[in-house]
Amino acid sequence: MSNQAAAPTSPEKKEFWRWQENTWVDESRDWRDAKILTCGIDVGSVSSQAVLVADGELYGYNSMRTGNNSPDSARNALQGVMDKCGMALEDIHFVVGTGYGRVNVPFAHKAITEIACHARGANYMGGNQVRTILDMGGQDCKAIHCDERGKVTNFLMNDKCAAGTGRGMEVISDLMQIPIGELGPRSFDVREEPEAVSSICVVFAKSEALALLKAGYTKNMVIAAYCQAMAERVVSLLERIGVEEGFFITGGIAKNPGVVKRIEKLLGIQALDTQIDSQIAGALGAALFGHTLMMKQGAAKAA
Amino acid sequence: MIANYGYKDGSGEYYISIDTDQCIDCAAGRACLGACPKQMFEIITDDYDDEVACIKEANRRTLAFDCADCKPAAGHDSLPCTDACTPGAVRHSW
Amino acid sequence: MITAGIDMGSRSIKVVLLEKISVENAPQLEFAVRKAHLMMPGELDADEAADKAFDDALADAGLSRADVGSVFATGAGRAQVKFATEGVTEMTAGAKGANYMFPAAGTVVDVGAEEGRGIKTDKDGRATDFAGNEKCAAGAGSFAEAMSRALQLSLSEFGAAALRSDKSIPMNAQCTVFAESEVVSLIHSSTPKEDIARAVLDAVASRVCAMVRRVGIEGEVVLIGGMVHNPGFVQSLKNAMAVETISLPELPEYVSALGCALIAAERLH
Repeated sequence: MSNQAAAPTSPEKKEFWRWQENTWVDESRDWRDAKILTCGIDVGSVSSQAVLVADGELYGYNSMRTGNNSPDSARNALQGVMDKCGMALEDIHFVVGTGYGRVNVPFAHKAITEIACHARGANYMGGNQVRTILDMGGQDCKAIHCDERGKVTNFLMNDKCAAGTGRGMEVISDLMQIPIGELGPRSFDVREEPEAVSSICVVFAKSEALALLKAGYTKNMVIAAYCQAMAERVVSLLERIGVEEGFFITGGIAKNPGVVKRIEKLLGIQALDTQIDSQIAGALGAALFGHTLMMKQGAAKAA
Repeated sequence: MIANYGYKDGSGEYYISIDTDQCIDCAAGRACLGACPKQMFEIITDDYDDEVACIKEANRRTLAFDCADCKPAAGHDSLPCTDACTPGAVRHSW
Repeated sequence: MITAGIDMGSRSIKVVLLEKISVENAPQLEFAVRKAHLMMPGELDADEAADKAFDDALADAGLSRADVGSVFATGAGRAQVKFATEGVTEMTAGAKGANYMFPAAGTVVDVGAEEGRGIKTDKDGRATDFAGNEKCAAGAGSFAEAMSRALQLSLSEFGAAALRSDKSIPMNAQCTVFAESEVVSLIHSSTPKEDIARAVLDAVASRVCAMVRRVGIEGEVVLIGGMVHNPGFVQSLKNAMAVETISLPELPEYVSALGCALIAAERLH
């Protein structure tokens, strides 16, 4: 499970929940020109990301599924992006670990919570007008308020319950036998918008979804009902801290328009746009924290 | 910073909120540590290098049960943790 | 006179037909159960299924609807029982049924497929307080069921396996969905199935126990609902509640339906 080539699934047991892993490097620059090279590693429960930041700007990243072993996942994630640009671990000045497995990143110089890192990453990705961040990760959901510098002012994290997490989405993808990337578009391919699945609990929602199919709903309608429930769930979490203008969504679920559009409709607010992969926000924030720390150290040395 | 520890599940919403700005220079001598009968509070250095109280990791997912003994159902009309925090940094959501 | 109690659970429908009797020199024998009938709804709609379950129970007992004086319904789907005279809550029905079988019952623990609850009852079988896991699968039978599937054990093998374990390993996940992944990683790390089964049942028991503690543990403890059939769970619950004995009724899944039929009879006579 820990490397990208390990997923040739046989046709009879297709893993519909599997999402795209990917690697990117800024081809227009050469990291060798950078004065400060920092790295952020986010070992989440479901996915792991490594992000490289050169002189405070995003340089490259790699996003992949977390394996059974956190240290290996961290190493593999980083190796993926370093291989793409001919970098070695020794070239990186500072490594910050974050996410659920942050204490298990053996080569990290510091660990910072994912709350602080997500706020910092979102501030970079969405710009300094970002005030409210919703992060829907694989096994948790975070609602964060931050100031114009990306410093957290209010937060909550729900990692107790699968409702409103990526895992909840994977369950429905598996149940419907439809690849996870298709759920969003399919949820809009309905004649009329059905009511949301009423159960909050994913286990009960699953039986409810089956009952809806039995009652004659099309698969797309069930998916729509489920996406709506998902949106209602995260909005109810957001309501605890409130929503301010400058709304930004990170995490895997940001890639599912079926949920994003419904959240926007419920809140009556548009999420800010970004060209950067929404799943890397935490690791990006970690790398940016690393950059700030290096700058401080440099300033201290120079003084 | 307002730190909300806890969760919301099918049965309800359970959060203990700590206003870290009021917590940094605690005027109550960290009384929350001793006040909670389950010792759920601890002092940490947060990501912005401030020393503040938080709810222990192990309790964050089980608050509904952990706090049950201090709730009105158990005969209390006020909570030991919020009473102990005289600056008013600790709040309970349910 | 015959009265009926119908318990429309999330997975199955339970029907109890109760006859008021009088036996000379044995005034305590007030009622006789004519039929206890269980049905899984399968493809049927809930209201059709309720009709069918009731008719099947009557047919088995050689009775017709005209023989029944009053029908009370309980359970999550009690509103679907269109022919019911009245509906009562699961707490009311559970307390009544448990009290009838164990007159000294003070604390009734009801763990079914999708719901778990603790009920405090007085000596007349009236529920005075309760706490439940409403709308969350953790703390109910479906949690154990999902985990037994992950372990590829039948529910009865699962309960028996847990009893063979002498190790108590804690489970971190609170949510059923997350617990499934945790069980899978325990399997991968070659943890014996027995120990995993016990960990799962300990987890359900600790959640159920926390609910029961909210109402307080007093008097005889009675466990009702389908989880009575799982001896591993009964043991875990005893440990969690720190009690010597838990009274287990025969036909535990019918206790609420029985309670319902008893209440119907009381109102009628």
